[in-house]
Amino acid sequence: MSNAKMIQSDISSVLTLQEMAAIDHELEHVPYKSGAAIDALKIVQAERGWVSDESLQAIAKYLDMSAEELEGVATFYNLIYRRPVGEKVILFCDSVSCWISGCDSIKATISETLGVDYGETTEDNRYTLLPVPCLGACDRAPVMMVGDDLVTHLDTHKISEIFASSKSGDQS
Amino acid sequence: MPMINVDGQEIEVKKGENILEACLNAGLDLPYFCWHPSMGSIGSCRQCALVQYQNEEDTRGRIVMGCMTPASDGARFSLKAENATQFREAVVESLMLNHPHDCPVCAEGGECHLQDMTVMVGHRDRRYTGKKNTYRNQYLGPLIHHEMNRCIACYRCERYYRDYAGGKDLGAQASHDHLYFGRHEEGILESEFSGNLVEVCPTGVFTDKPFLKQYSRKWDLQSAPSICQGCAVGCNIAPGERYGKVKRVHNRYNHDVNGYFICDRGRFGSGYLNSDLRLDYAGIKNPDGSFFAVHQQQALNTAADWMAGKKVAAIGSPRASLEANYLLRELVGSKNFAPGFSDQEADLMDSIANILQTSMSINPSVKQIETADAILILGEDVTNTAPRVALALRQSVRNKAFELAEQMGLPPWQDAAIRNLAQDQRSPMTIVSAMNTRLDDVASACVSLAPDDIAAFGHAVAAALVGEITNNPQADAAAQMLKMAKNPLIVSGSSMAHQGVINSAAAVADALSQTTSMLSFCVPECNSLGLAMMVADGASSHLKALVKRAAKIDALIVLENDLYRRGDKALIDQLLAGGAKVITLDMYENGTLDQSDLVMAAASYAESQGTLVSSEGRAQRFYPVQSPASERLPSWEWLLRLAKATEHKKLSKIENFDQIVTACAKSSPLFTKLVDVAPLNSFRDRGSKIPRQTHRYSGRTAMNSGVSVHEPQQAQDHESPLSFSMEGLNRDQPASLTPFVWAPGWNSNQSLQKFQSEVDGPLKGGSSGVRLISSSQTGADISSQITQISLKPHQWHLVPMEQVHGSDELSAHTEEISELAGRGFIAIGKKVAEKLAVTEGDGLLVKQDDIECSLEVRILSRVAKNCIGYSAGYAEARGLVAGRLVSLQVDKTWQRSGPEMIASDKAAFQPVVGDGGTRNV
Repeated sequence: MSNAKMIQSDISSVLTLQEMAAIDHELEHVPYKSGAAIDALKIVQAERGWVSDESLQAIAKYLDMSAEELEGVATFYNLIYRRPVGEKVILFCDSVSCWISGCDSIKATISETLGVDYGETTEDNRYTLLPVPCLGACDRAPVMMVGDDLVTHLDTHKISEIFASSKSGDQS
Repeated sequence: MPMINVDGQEIEVKKGENILEACLNAGLDLPYFCWHPSMGSIGSCRQCALVQYQNEEDTRGRIVMGCMTPASDGARFSLKAENATQFREAVVESLMLNHPHDCPVCAEGGECHLQDMTVMVGHRDRRYTGKKNTYRNQYLGPLIHHEMNRCIACYRCERYYRDYAGGKDLGAQASHDHLYFGRHEEGILESEFSGNLVEVCPTGVFTDKPFLKQYSRKWDLQSAPSICQGCAVGCNIAPGERYGKVKRVHNRYNHDVNGYFICDRGRFGSGYLNSDLRLDYAGIKNPDGSFFAVHQQQALNTAADWMAGKKVAAIGSPRASLEANYLLRELVGSKNFAPGFSDQEADLMDSIANILQTSMSINPSVKQIETADAILILGEDVTNTAPRVALALRQSVRNKAFELAEQMGLPPWQDAAIRNLAQDQRSPMTIVSAMNTRLDDVASACVSLAPDDIAAFGHAVAAALVGEITNNPQADAAAQMLKMAKNPLIVSGSSMAHQGVINSAAAVADALSQTTSMLSFCVPECNSLGLAMMVADGASSHLKALVKRAAKIDALIVLENDLYRRGDKALIDQLLAGGAKVITLDMYENGTLDQSDLVMAAASYAESQGTLVSSEGRAQRFYPVQSPASERLPSWEWLLRLAKATEHKKLSKIENFDQIVTACAKSSPLFTKLVDVAPLNSFRDRGSKIPRQTHRYSGRTAMNSGVSVHEPQQAQDHESPLSFSMEGLNRDQPASLTPFVWAPGWNSNQSLQKFQSEVDGPLKGGSSGVRLISSSQTGADISSQITQISLKPHQWHLVPMEQVHGSDELSAHTEEISELAGRGFIAIGKKVAEKLAVTEGDGLLVKQDDIECSLEVRILSRVAKNCIGYSAGYAEARGLVAGRLVSLQVDKTWQRSGPEMIASDKAAFQPVVGDGGTRNV
């Protein structure tokens, strides 16, 4: 969306009342509006799955920031998604503990099962596969998160179990 | 003085300095990237590493960052220790992992700080054989080229653009090895100071786009010390020329004026110099209105014929040098000389020149403006009328932060810490203006008033300062703010075209009655103040008076002045078509030239020398970068030859430029110091002239063989101590004669530190330019009379809105500048727009007396009641007079620009500030 069009459109046409209320709540805890930037991004992402340009511009306007300033925050964090993601994000740990526990072959299995590499979303839009440096569960390596669930002690069997439905193309 | 020990060498350091500064001051080559003298330290690049030892016994030491380590007495360091040199080499090697090996096709090559540092640390062979990161570049407008692959992540661009210059639309994105510096989305950079990115970036991420189209290496450019002609601030510039073209303009450091930075008009506004519409030959008008070219002598003879025994009048120019104006006035006599201001401007300039001489306040340099801790701006949108001053004002409001830092014991170079400490606490700045200004985002208070009311506000502040009751709480607050300050500053100027505003600023400054109070006026053109001082004796004419006498004038000489910009068309027509032979000296086609009978092709500022007086009252000399092309001559030379041809008694005795300066200095007590502005033509540095060319200048005798194989004689400069040659020394000469900076091992502009007496200090060659005006004890002689215009319904005060890009006559002829300027506009408040049912981009017919202009609508977020603004100086708005009433009507025939045009117009136009600082969204 061009700057010109954005100026004319109202923030409220982009952000929902609930989102604005949630951001307002965060604003009560910070001395500067820009201090709520991360929370505002998380609020919008929780609603929409990701943060579009349009959303980012609206949040920036709501927080009296420039789009560039907020973009700096949004892109700094790997878990603020500036591109659409699937219904669930797979955060696959490829850090040291998981690597020595053989995560490479598991990743290969996931890619084969779902037909996606890092940064890609399955055709049925259910999963997006992303690497993550550590999930803090090295004692149970290899690990990954699927959506909000931590999956530990990964092996190829577990993978096919979790993604069985996707492999068969079953949408249910 | 504290002492430190570096590799056994005892070095005296200044209290509060950091080790990097101390090393550079001692002449040691300690590499660095992210540190910048005007932006302080953040310790991000790790390049200035050296070893610090605890005491004499400590032989191991530890690595510290020079820029983050305070110089404390007795501290011991080593630059040469092996772990330090290895560390520094490793830093460069790591930066080189992703840096492309594209130096041969990179515009930074040959003046690249990264190249210099790479050589300095001794890194030569790359061990990394993997792939390099690549990035998509952004379109950032017509001025700046973006090449992200070359980035070394020093953060200087963001810190300059956002922290220093107040830009909002460039930032660091992402993190670690995919860091990206750019905009949120492609588009024209909004800051008026974006061009400095070219010099701030240590490598080739941000480069000069117009320069890329006609590129030459730095070592192949011929440069000269010059003064920007874009406005009255008098920034020092170093234009670079090759193959007869001025290819680029770089900042030329002047400690007191522009320091390290200039505005985009100054950097990019010289493209018109290479235009085909420049005049190459003198011409005499044919009966059919066309001109036929004649030789210089023929033109002079014809002019002399027309002048002999006749009544000759002349019009000078605020954009021509003091010398040319002086010669012209002497040639025809004061009575027959009009300075070439519009009548409105003449009165304003007369009054400003008078106030500056009588006011008790200091007329501050840009450097002094940065020391202000409370600022009152009356009427000016400083960013658009004196851009470099606005950049300084952005630093002044940070004095609060430095005050807080001092209380905490933080040294001023601890940039990140101080910004974190201060957050948005700033020194107070009150802006009183008719509409939003580009400094609103850092102002503590913005008051929207019509020009008459701005004057009243100023007088109320002055009254409050002497303890009177004003019934104006805002004025009381402003007075209180100024009273509490150590270095209060009042900024006003002529752009409101309002005498009362100027008077009120002077009244406030004098009411402060402190020796440290400062009063600065923004004036329109590069020599407006010099010209006003020249005619301060009151013996000269007004334009209007000259028009009245038009019928009695036999010949009229016009010096570098398009009169149609100065007055009513009918009036100027009457003057030019009044039967007098019109002789015009100018460089670029314009309306006045078309109406002339004889035209003399004047050299540009890049082809001539002269003296300009800046708004600070600083007289500065500019020198030719190249000798005049074709049959052009500097105006002063045309006039000197004309004096000879007409056998003028006094002027015939003058043989050269230096003698003009001496004569001009004698002509008025105000100009006595003119002789000290720059060294005489006879000055030699160690027996030689100062070279304009670098010692690596290539192809001097062969570069034009594509045109002619007959090797021409090298151009000679008989009027200045500079030569068109690479022979001689460019080192430690008087500051006014420094054409470029270069030092062994330092090919980039960072070599400047080798020319400075100390980091961020004056040049070794002293200060440049001479201040002609000093404050007085008498107090400004002003009247406090205020006129009130009464408005009828559907009428508005017309307020001029100067624009960095577009309002200046000559720079507007530059392609990139004219793109940024967009269409001539009328700026109205939201309510007026609703009433007229127009939106941004629509057209309005603006009527004033018998003038009618069709202008594009722009909508202001902050505007005084009954005020509307217009694009001052734009061709489309020609004829509109500030202060007079206008009526508005929707233009039914208006064609809106395409969507792309609107986007670029928007970026060039003042973005909306004030409705929550959301101008980028």
